[in-house]
Amino acid sequence: MRLLPLITVLLVGGLLIWSAQDMPDVGDPDAPTNLHVAPYYIKHSEEEVGVENMVSAILADYRGYDTLGETTVIFTAGVSVLLLLRRRED
Amino acid sequence: MKEEDVIIRTVIRLIVPFIQIFGLYVIFHGGSGPGGGFQGGVILAASMILYVMAFGVHEGRRRLTEKTNMIMRSTGLFIYSGIGLLAVIFGGKYLDYGAVPLPFIDHPSEIRAILIDGGVEVGVGITVMAVMVTIFFELYPGGTPDD
Repeated sequence: MRLLPLITVLLVGGLLIWSAQDMPDVGDPDAPTNLHVAPYYIKHSEEEVGVENMVSAILADYRGYDTLGETTVIFTAGVSVLLLLRRRED
Repeated sequence: MKEEDVIIRTVIRLIVPFIQIFGLYVIFHGGSGPGGGFQGGVILAASMILYVMAFGVHEGRRRLTEKTNMIMRSTGLFIYSGIGLLAVIFGGKYLDYGAVPLPFIDHPSEIRAILIDGGVEVGVGITVMAVMVTIFFELYPGGTPDD
């Protein structure tokens, strides 16, 4: 009975390791993820946003909606903690 | 109220202002170096948590009351979405900071940089700090006022 999970784990792990061989190297400039919008950000973020830190420019300006959503998620987490964990005697 | 040893209390009393200065530095330096609202807010919250661990919940609640925390929690998000709405009012798209006319600054990219550094990051930092402190107080024994 214990053997089946072990075989499954080894099989899935082996599959993942085998398929990871085809992934591009870390930081490879020719990787597909680095060829889509990244060159545009690297070239234009300084003149368009005026912020030296490229990460901040993407985070707060190009992906402004995303960051607003993240902040809302954190706010919602705080409110949920208040609603769920606070014990009150009704 | 259980309090920690005098050495711990003295060290924490000395170190908390520096942690808070560093947190503010991380928030306001987010545009030109590593950092930003999320990281700085967490550092500010960590200083508050450290303070409560040494001085007890009641002293911590005296420094940052429930009401202030509640107001701060919403204010940060309000600043962020308010800046986005300000851009709509002045004829841009939502969160298109360049559309907001600031006095004496005419280049859109400079306006963007100023609003990101002084508005968006600050708003995110306030909300993150208040929420982290809220979660800590709720989980800490005796942290809720009606316990």
